[in-house]
Amino acid sequence: MTDEPLLRVSALSKFYGSRVGCDNVSFDLSPGEVLAVVGESGSGKTTVLNCLSTRLLPSSGTASYRMRDGQFRELYRMSEAERRFLMRTDWGFVHQNPADGLRMTVSAGANVGERLMAVGDRHYGKIRATAVDWLSRVEIDEDRIDDEPRAFSGGMRQRLQIARNLVTGPRLVFMDEPTGGLDVSVQARLLDLLRGLVTDLGLAAIVVTHDLAVARLLSQRMMVMKDGRVVESGLTDRVLDDPRAPYTQLLVSSILQV
Amino acid sequence: MPTPLVVSDVAKSFTMHLRDGIKLPVVAGVSFSIRAGECTVLGGPSGAGKSSILKMLYGNYAVDEGQIIVKHDDGLIDLATASPRTVLSIRRQTIGYVSQFLRTVPRVSALDVVAEPLVERGEDRENARGKARALLAQLNLPEKLWALPPATFSGGEQQRVNIARGFITEHPILLLDEPTASLDARNRDVVIELIAAKKAAGVALLGIFHDQDVREAVADRIIDVTAFAPGKIAA
Repeated sequence: MTDEPLLRVSALSKFYGSRVGCDNVSFDLSPGEVLAVVGESGSGKTTVLNCLSTRLLPSSGTASYRMRDGQFRELYRMSEAERRFLMRTDWGFVHQNPADGLRMTVSAGANVGERLMAVGDRHYGKIRATAVDWLSRVEIDEDRIDDEPRAFSGGMRQRLQIARNLVTGPRLVFMDEPTGGLDVSVQARLLDLLRGLVTDLGLAAIVVTHDLAVARLLSQRMMVMKDGRVVESGLTDRVLDDPRAPYTQLLVSSILQV
Repeated sequence: MPTPLVVSDVAKSFTMHLRDGIKLPVVAGVSFSIRAGECTVLGGPSGAGKSSILKMLYGNYAVDEGQIIVKHDDGLIDLATASPRTVLSIRRQTIGYVSQFLRTVPRVSALDVVAEPLVERGEDRENARGKARALLAQLNLPEKLWALPPATFSGGEQQRVNIARGFITEHPILLLDEPTASLDARNRDVVIELIAAKKAAGVALLGIFHDQDVREAVADRIIDVTAFAPGKIAA
């Protein structure tokens, strides 16, 4: 196992005028590692995610990513085209609302195939076969391949969005509340699916969630944010079983037991 | 005899920030070592801090003071200050843990729950399942349950899945948090056999057993945890 991180984040800050989005966030992420970023609405967790995925530019700080050739590249110094290429090939972004990550008016198969074409695949039969394979991996029946995601349930749409993101074999996936807005039973199925895919593919992921159970199930490491700052970080089970910061203790003690 | 784990002067307290910052000291001055091929038992009444000590050794609880030196990857590492990544690597290769309760994951079968630690360590899934079957059979878990997720199992059935999951790997150090609490006599005996086999293989075991019979059957040494009560250190 290599010790070299995949992503290095140093003193990342984002201000919206005089308001703090996130302040002085630093961490490393290794290949195959899943980091959960937790905190309530407005804590800055989505700002961090958007800055790292370069959907938003930070006010200060750096983030460098180890490219497939082993060289680290500073994300905010890349050209727009380079960033877009990274986003299409080596990265995935799973939105809370599948409609933000899917094209709702083209078929499920095309949603998956489009990402493949973006990385240069041109053979129709091969693209379709890969699409079928990925749909089955996210438990969508082959006979739905020509349907539009508009005709899918929320859980199915989310699974389709995951297939669309993973089909190019990314090394890093950003997830923004991937199970938010789904029924509990659908959530469990999706979590189990995500957990299996992340382990099998050795993906690194940054998962933003306000649900500590999701964080426990998916991540090895956790970062707790409040008012734009990281108040506690460490091994996920350590943070949840022995929370040290006042705010983390409040979060953990607020979980409803079932 | 090799000592793969040495604990020195470890202290732990909980600060309850939601209760006006009350500080609850748990243990202080914890010092002991465990030896390969032996089962060391933490003794003392409930609340003495036995589980807290075990959890610190697994990196599950933070350590306030002191050192926990583990032999890992041909080197020595202080677990008390190790990075999360190092702790994960220690858990993968060096320290195994059988918790009191099984944390179940929806939709994963008992067989795969047991096989998972081996798969994580790079073993072929079918091989891992084969070993898992053997262990579940040894622990008398009815075969019809193997393909089901353990969430709906009885306490004793879940505990046996948990034990199989903990014993399937070949970690040189194994921590046991009351592995026999909800087992019947027949299965307690199986656990005693499993522990004996680990000892014979040179594993260093550290456990908590409330059951007198089991404790007498497995313990080579008993460490009295009340000696680490926080008040005593000053005396």
